[in-house]
Amino acid sequence: MAAAQARTVRGRIAVYLLAFVFAVFCGFPFLWAALTMFRQDSDLYVTTHNPFVFAKPATFGHVTDLLRNTPYLTFIANNIVIGLATVVITLALSLPAAYALARLSGRWGEKVGIGIFVTYLVPPTLLFLPLSRLITTIGLQDSIWSLVVVYPGFTIPLSTWLLMGFLRSIPRDIEEQAQVDGYSRIGAVVRTVFPLALPGIFTVVVFTFTLTMQDFIYALAFVSSSSSMTVSVGVPTVLIRGDVFYWQSLMASAVIVAVPVALLYNVFLGRFIRGFTMGAVKG
Amino acid sequence: MTATDPPAGEITLGARRNRYLLDRERVLGPALMAPAIVYLLLVVAYPLVLAFVYAFSDVTTGSQSLHFTGFKTFIAAVDDPVFLTTLRNTFVITATSQVLVVVLSTVLAFVLTAKFRGRWFVRFLILMPWTTPVALSAVIWLWMLDSIFSPFDWFAQLLGVVPPGGHVVFLGQSGLAMGSVIALQTWRILPLATVILMAGLSAIPADISDAAEVDGAGFWRRLFGITLPLLSPVITVALLFGIVFTFTDMAVVYILTGGGPGNATQVLSSWAFYKGINGGNLGVGAADALIMFPVLLGLAAIMLRMASRAEVS
Amino acid sequence: MAVVETRSLRKKFGATPAVDGIDLVTGEGEYLVLLGPSGCGKTTLLRLIAGLEQPSEGDILIGGQVVTRLPPRARQIAMVFQSYALYPHKTVSANISFPLAAAGVPREQRPEMVRWAASRLGIDHLLDRRPRQLSGGERQRVALARALVREPQVFLLDEPLSNLDAKLRSSARDELKEFQQRVGVTTIYVTHDQVEAMGLGDRIAVLNEGRIQQIGTPDEIYHQPANTFVATFVGSPPMNLLTRDGKLLGFRPEEFLPVAAAGERPGQVTFDFAVTRVENLGSDRYVYGHLPDVDAEAKVIAKLPSTVATPVTVGDRVPFAVNGADLRYFDQKSGARAAAGNATVTP
Repeated sequence: MAAAQARTVRGRIAVYLLAFVFAVFCGFPFLWAALTMFRQDSDLYVTTHNPFVFAKPATFGHVTDLLRNTPYLTFIANNIVIGLATVVITLALSLPAAYALARLSGRWGEKVGIGIFVTYLVPPTLLFLPLSRLITTIGLQDSIWSLVVVYPGFTIPLSTWLLMGFLRSIPRDIEEQAQVDGYSRIGAVVRTVFPLALPGIFTVVVFTFTLTMQDFIYALAFVSSSSSMTVSVGVPTVLIRGDVFYWQSLMASAVIVAVPVALLYNVFLGRFIRGFTMGAVKG
Repeated sequence: MTATDPPAGEITLGARRNRYLLDRERVLGPALMAPAIVYLLLVVAYPLVLAFVYAFSDVTTGSQSLHFTGFKTFIAAVDDPVFLTTLRNTFVITATSQVLVVVLSTVLAFVLTAKFRGRWFVRFLILMPWTTPVALSAVIWLWMLDSIFSPFDWFAQLLGVVPPGGHVVFLGQSGLAMGSVIALQTWRILPLATVILMAGLSAIPADISDAAEVDGAGFWRRLFGITLPLLSPVITVALLFGIVFTFTDMAVVYILTGGGPGNATQVLSSWAFYKGINGGNLGVGAADALIMFPVLLGLAAIMLRMASRAEVS
Repeated sequence: MAVVETRSLRKKFGATPAVDGIDLVTGEGEYLVLLGPSGCGKTTLLRLIAGLEQPSEGDILIGGQVVTRLPPRARQIAMVFQSYALYPHKTVSANISFPLAAAGVPREQRPEMVRWAASRLGIDHLLDRRPRQLSGGERQRVALARALVREPQVFLLDEPLSNLDAKLRSSARDELKEFQQRVGVTTIYVTHDQVEAMGLGDRIAVLNEGRIQQIGTPDEIYHQPANTFVATFVGSPPMNLLTRDGKLLGFRPEEFLPVAAAGERPGQVTFDFAVTRVENLGSDRYVYGHLPDVDAEAKVIAKLPSTVATPVTVGDRVPFAVNGADLRYFDQKSGARAAAGNATVTP
């Protein structure tokens, strides 16, 4: 129907206009950040001229300053370690569960599936206080591993849902054929379902990894030394040093993360949507 | 049997009972689900229970033990003069931003469903507010709304809203600060809602609006009479998700305004954080956070009901 | 080759029994067809025999051994699904050797066995292709080769022809029958298509509502139906059934010819046929109407081959005749086959 509306001249103008407006609305802050990060101090902290024009030549100095003189790269390294470890734990737990829900569930299976998904809706703001005390009790306070332990709490429900959807799209026949051909149930699944589910699994890996980068409150509550911080926490706390804000480096720190993540999402968007909606359709 | 015999290869019939235990669905199903369920019980359910326990006790970050204090902690939390402001702010910010999100995302979903040149790039830009970690977006907005160097000052001067050389103090005045928080929440939830709506739009069979077109219905009538009603369950889903994410968010307020000016933009989540972590009073912090719980339960119940009704179709 | 036996087999899904007390014994090397409408339980029965479902009650025996609690891999069966279930990520050759790997056959022996199976199905030239590059008929042959390669005791086939184009179906049917006769393995074949059943089966088991209505050779099923269900399910158009003298009287449309064409036959029974519609299909003419003297409501169809040129027009009342020996009687309440009784049939 939208395609139809774009057929008329008025329709097409409306579409382009609206697309432009929304693109500006969504992208402007990033544009501003991108402009800022290359400006010299004397060009930035000035209010007299058009802020969109570079009065002095652009400089990479602030970006290198960010990378060399701040813990930023440590933050990124931490995110990578945490992300990968969380992905491993999440896959190990949610893949079997997703298979059970996609194939082996009856009445009760659906309810369990919804139950698992609902845990995603329990907000971190309810849990962070008890969790921070628990983390201290097991001695993981101020360590990146505290986050590795806690993050699967929200990545498991989502990835189970996604994987359930992907697994459902694989025909049952093939598994049963493998069983008749001589494998046990598990053997049949490993040899037929998993190879076919690899694209879906990969999508879930990407999704889970980027999800771990989003958290702010747990990281803020559990970690205080900058060597163990993630980007989400480190940038607004450590990089904002006292009252002196090095804005160019700050903007660089945000843009460097924002662009690749957005690219990844854009590439995988179709698959995410398919996985979510397939999870909702009865197998 | 024919004369061409197959080459040798032995296959025997085996039959020990327990060898086949894991083939039985009754055993395999729960066995596969158990690890995930146990993990979630430990990391989500158990802390949730603890949150309730804290809210009814006098526990602090320093205390070794905790004593049951009944409703005293809740009363202490609610009596705090800031609390009512917090409660009000949470609702105002959530309601305003999500109404905006619903309207804007519906329009945007239609726009993005049409084919036009550069659609991939536009989609890329649209996604960024959601895909970027909240904290980093908040830092960007912090600079963008800076009281001295904001680009909007320049626009405002151009439009004559402020005198030349004047500034809009976005984050320093309570009204503008609230507006800024609402704007940031709207901005970051918009992509999620749009994606959900686009998925819903693509699920509507084209025949229906084609048939309406043949019947003579014009664009607006088709939109409001057919497409939007068909889309309403999806809109509700997007709305519910947006409400949950906005209602419970603490990063935006914490980074953008710090709850200020004064406590003018404080919300329940950020207030719970201050009380619990900065203030060390776990009981009050938990109580503050738990006030959100009935609202969340209500939302979850609505979503579950929608889910079961959706399964039928 | 082995005998498949089920004893009092019952399978319930929730409260409804999909398979409701089935006792069945196949012959050795027999081609047994399970025929019935959708929902009759034939596929469930096949899956029970395969071990893909567990029965609620009863036992299954293969080759004299009780296999009821054993999973599919322990039963030495091979199965071909409606979709052929070829592994899309493997080549044809890997598909065929898959069961051999499962059985632990040493790697060196596998290629030879694969080649043997492939040559018996005439697909040697396809071994390096992938399933998506194959036509429907080729896929069926790959599925059969895969089934054959382990030398199972029983072949189970679940409507393997329904995914093929109508044109391909009869030649595929031909190939299937010939293949089974060459190999001689006991085969159980599920279908809802009675033409397939009649063409392929050594014996046919007609199922409805989870129970066997009748087992017999195609000839027995067709000419000596055990009840009205079998009588009307098999045969196209179905057997005509009329109520008369408290019983159901049945005869097949092709046995009902105009008297003028049938000539005089001893034991012939004549009825006045009130014609309401005539369909000329080229090879046959279908005449629709009813017999006002017998049963005013029952619709009757007569199937006249094109060799019978007797003019029949709508609105006529034409005398038609059927051999007395071709009349069948059924109990009105139960539908079961009954004897002619003392009702003498008057012309």
